[in-house]
Amino acid sequence: MSLTLPKTVSAPSSRRFGWWTSKPIVRMRRDRATMTGVALVLAFALIALLAPLIAPPQGNCARDLGIPAGSSIYHPARSAFWRAVLAAPPSCYQITRVTFDPVPAPPSRTAWFGTSQGYDIFYGIVWGTRTMLRMGLIIVAINLILGTVIGLISGFYRGVVDLVIQRVIDVIFAFPGLILTVVLVALFKPSTGTIILAFVATGWASYARILRGDVLRVRELEFVDAARSLGASDLRLMLVHIVPNSLTSLLTQVVLDLGTVPLGIAALSFLGLGFPVGYADWGQLLNFARAWIQGPPGQPLAYWYVTLFPTLAILCFSLGWNLVGDGARDAFDPRDN
Amino acid sequence: MVFFLKRLLQLPVVMLTLTLLIVGLLQFLSPAERASAYVTSDAQARNLDLIIRDRGLDQPFPIQYGRWLSAALQGDLGFSKASNKPVTETIRERLPATAELALAAAFPIIVCGIWLGTTAALHKNRFLDRFLRLMATAGFSLPTFVLGILLLVIFYGALGWFPGNGNLSVLYQITLASPEFHRYTGMVTVDSLLNGQWAMWLDALHHLVLPALTLILTSSAVILKVMRAQLLEVLKSDYVRTARAKGLAERVVIGKHARRNALLPIVTFSGFVFIGLLGGVLFTETIFGYPGIGEWGGQAALRFDVPGVIGFALLNAVVVVVVSTLTDVLYGIVDPRVRFS
Repeated sequence: MSLTLPKTVSAPSSRRFGWWTSKPIVRMRRDRATMTGVALVLAFALIALLAPLIAPPQGNCARDLGIPAGSSIYHPARSAFWRAVLAAPPSCYQITRVTFDPVPAPPSRTAWFGTSQGYDIFYGIVWGTRTMLRMGLIIVAINLILGTVIGLISGFYRGVVDLVIQRVIDVIFAFPGLILTVVLVALFKPSTGTIILAFVATGWASYARILRGDVLRVRELEFVDAARSLGASDLRLMLVHIVPNSLTSLLTQVVLDLGTVPLGIAALSFLGLGFPVGYADWGQLLNFARAWIQGPPGQPLAYWYVTLFPTLAILCFSLGWNLVGDGARDAFDPRDN
Repeated sequence: MVFFLKRLLQLPVVMLTLTLLIVGLLQFLSPAERASAYVTSDAQARNLDLIIRDRGLDQPFPIQYGRWLSAALQGDLGFSKASNKPVTETIRERLPATAELALAAAFPIIVCGIWLGTTAALHKNRFLDRFLRLMATAGFSLPTFVLGILLLVIFYGALGWFPGNGNLSVLYQITLASPEFHRYTGMVTVDSLLNGQWAMWLDALHHLVLPALTLILTSSAVILKVMRAQLLEVLKSDYVRTARAKGLAERVVIGKHARRNALLPIVTFSGFVFIGLLGGVLFTETIFGYPGIGEWGGQAALRFDVPGVIGFALLNAVVVVVVSTLTDVLYGIVDPRVRFS
């Protein structure tokens, strides 16, 4: 297939940009589905980054940022602008409450997507994007590091340590979907810390297993023997010779997890096991919607906005990451090279 | 035979590791919190120390684990606040409803998945294939809880075609509770038939449609993708070329030579899908107020019902271990290469 591809005559390809023209990346760049996914993911990343500009802070959040009443946030010279974008205070993640009337109000000029339980749906979705990506990044980063370390130890030293670690991983893998996470959150009472803990407790296993497999394969190769006979320490062997060989499989897992972990958090919130009421996250908005499935008599779809906007947000987010994940898996699949 | 025995021996090992982990986790709670698992009345709640001493909840971990295990083996898993009944009794009552839902979903998932996957593979890169793959990605991308709410809004809220709550109408719940009604299996669709209650049977089916559909739509995609990939792989093989060269009809080549071999991995994936359904059941049952294990698990998690949550986790683990053992054994039967290698 690739025979027909015009060979790009690149300028003396500098090492720094070599990855851009590497085969898997080129393959991803040429795949329309993957690029749609990339576009969706980038759009969400932008929304998350620019949340304070899209849904301007009000109330406590504006006060904590030190924005005087009556003036706006759109002023790059003020420190409030940068603080809101880079390090927003916790109060900003609290959804603006438009009214204390729980009955949903349709989209209007004050609340663009309407209100649900009195909360502004638009604000919840925009800042919820930030919650989703932020939690995803934190959890996946911890999982990656923890899983890598445990996988290295398991594969490199083998023996009893390996056996115990592998049995624990078996148990974690045995549980379907989110059940173990739900159980952990429930046993330790929901909070941001518990949520991170629960996702880390179940998430490190896939990284550990990937890395262990690679370690077992690579450690027998000649270049590792050569390095060892040159007197390289265990640590050096692992970090310089083994880990770089596993990077692509780890990366694919990271991309997949960045999509699934936030959705898992949304699912927990939907069950009522996530953040406190009023915190900006999509699962909670959908949980609110459960009370307004049916409109008042005669107008069955009167509260459409309560369900539609959170659903669309979750669907687009999930679709984006799935397309990117599928594309990455296909592009890096060694069987196709 | 050795293969099957080896596989069966893994069962207790996984279960033992799991219970060790669970009781280990409980050590993070205080003895009083652990004791609350066995409280069934107010009088007992005032005498927590008695329970702690009685059950040895302040003893070292190995002793606690031993006592917990022997109690669990005798069917004593504590008292669930969420169902207001002992855990074992709750499971016995609710498991049939969940089994009913899972079975109602599993067959359509596998059949649709195989059929659609075959169709997609035979139309590779043409419109039908692209369309089916797009649908599969969309179905795969929709989390169960989102799809459930969507179906509820459309078919219950807007159109009113299906009921949105429970597994029976109130009228038939009375029938269900009456002494003349024999509960043979605990599954309402089966029991109503066995009791000759046709109207009740229709009502139960009517309630089953939306929850089952939620599971079917989210899970068929996996089977579709695997089936398509497998069939494409098999179609490239030598024996398919030979079959075509012999002049066999395309229908025979696909149906007898190609598809049967492509079906092998589907056995394993059906196991995965069934296990995945357990996760889906938690959300589906919560959304549709379906009185099964998932709904109870969700309630238990919300209400800090420790024995309920642990019972729920254990039950899931048992089902997972049993199902994956069964799929492995089944795979060994279907594919002789596994047995003899």
